[in-house]
Amino acid sequence: MRSLALTAGIDIGAGTTKSVVMEDGTRVVAKASLRTGPNPEKAGAEALAEVLRVAGLTRADLAYVASTGYGRYQMAGRDMQITEITCHGRGARFLFPATHCVLDIGAQSSRAMRIDGNGRVVKFKMNDRCAAGAGRFLERVSKALEVQVADLGEISLRSTDPTTISSICAVLAESEIINHVTEGRKVEDIVMGAHLSIADRIIALLRQVGVEDEVTLTGGLAGNVGMVKALETRLGRHINVAPESSFAGSYGAAVLGHVRLQKLTGAA
Amino acid sequence: MHVAGVDVGSTATKAIVMDGNRRVVGKACGSTGASVVGAANRMFQEALKEAGLEEWEIEFVVGTGYGRYKVPFGHAQVTEISCHARGANFLFPHTRTLVDIGGQDTKAIAVGERGDIRDFCMNDKCAAGTGRFLEACATVLGLTLDEIGDVSMRSSKPLRITNVCTVFVESEIVSHLAKGERIEDILRGVHNAIAGRSVALLRRVGIEPEVTFTGGVSRNLGMVASLKERLQCEINVSPMSQYMGALGAALFAIERAENIPPGERKIEAAVAEARGGEEPGAHGGH
Repeated sequence: MRSLALTAGIDIGAGTTKSVVMEDGTRVVAKASLRTGPNPEKAGAEALAEVLRVAGLTRADLAYVASTGYGRYQMAGRDMQITEITCHGRGARFLFPATHCVLDIGAQSSRAMRIDGNGRVVKFKMNDRCAAGAGRFLERVSKALEVQVADLGEISLRSTDPTTISSICAVLAESEIINHVTEGRKVEDIVMGAHLSIADRIIALLRQVGVEDEVTLTGGLAGNVGMVKALETRLGRHINVAPESSFAGSYGAAVLGHVRLQKLTGAA
Repeated sequence: MHVAGVDVGSTATKAIVMDGNRRVVGKACGSTGASVVGAANRMFQEALKEAGLEEWEIEFVVGTGYGRYKVPFGHAQVTEISCHARGANFLFPHTRTLVDIGGQDTKAIAVGERGDIRDFCMNDKCAAGTGRFLEACATVLGLTLDEIGDVSMRSSKPLRITNVCTVFVESEIVSHLAKGERIEDILRGVHNAIAGRSVALLRRVGIEPEVTFTGGVSRNLGMVASLKERLQCEINVSPMSQYMGALGAALFAIERAENIPPGERKIEAAVAEARGGEEPGAHGGH
């Protein structure tokens, strides 16, 4: 038995697959991410191979592999799968130990969770039925405005007079945005309007679980500065984000994998 | 006397020119695009041209559809719900339930004997189950909106489409394609999914025969088939179904111009002509 247990967390999301290798559930050894694409099983296997390559390890070095995300059941050779809600709670706690609320905005779903002092989820609300309030909404916006998704956050920060986007549906919002452009509204104002629209959707979920400091943002949209600003504007509170925030699900899986491993070895 | 009805929809604009005997003498349909006023003007002019008339010869114009207040030459505006009910009552007098599937919304309307509205229900909050939904599916499959209905009819093993959101359905279709599923089976599933949503909406107003299907999506044979299957009854559709709102608007225009109460007169010949030359009663569903 190794003195330092290595666990991997693989988060197979609708847009991106994230993988991490952790030592003793406390230190990040390596991480990797890639686009999920149409085949989640392949994405999971590739993300694991990639993180092992970055860490200079092999599968045999890993004591435990936990998968999460919508494609978690497709992860071949996993030791266990854990829901993304549980993992994001743990992952947010790992990044910001004083976290009590977690907002997770992914490509196809958004969730608000309230967690206790141990990172356990007390209450959660989610929308995974439609693209309103999720990353795909911004993809549509970027398409309609012919700008890169990666640039949207920066563009939105230049806004002085955000445009109200009244359509909730991503597809209908696209047409609405085209009308705003025709009417001469500034791109940055429209983009900020879109971020505020997403913020409104997820804050509505957050209010249902109860708002409590500190609030941590996880998921793919955590890397978007405009999203952070929109949330802070609407919520009137500081939002925790870290450069690794989008990895929170995989971090949580690796941490929980380690907890599970300890129970198993303790029992043995 | 001549009147016109102009239906400015989210996706297509339709115009009808009608004579005093309620005969459709000119019609036009084109995409609305970015300029609502431009589209209304263009379709009105085209319909006038087909009728061989000039604008001054039109006594009354009723605008309908989401852009009805922007019809610059309109004398009055009537909601598209009233116009569809009125148009359906004219073409299919026994219509009691109306399903209107347009570019960006779906409506279920309970219609009275005189083409009056008993109840209605609509989805205009999201693109699920609308023309936009079908368009997105067509695009993902590399087909046009006009092709998908026919392709779907070739299906022998319809797939179940589980997503409601248009954006998510695109991904679902991509994964079905990746698994090697057949395009016709995917499309049948798409049409069945929309039929399911539409019928759920119809149930909220109550389904009573006859059922008439209007709006741009009613041109899609696959959609007609899926709706029939789901409703387990015949459905009235005609080549004029897409023009139903404009037709209703023109009928309101006549009533306004003549100041006669709604549903007072019915002219069988005009009905037959509007249906595309068929005798009244020869059409399905009676």
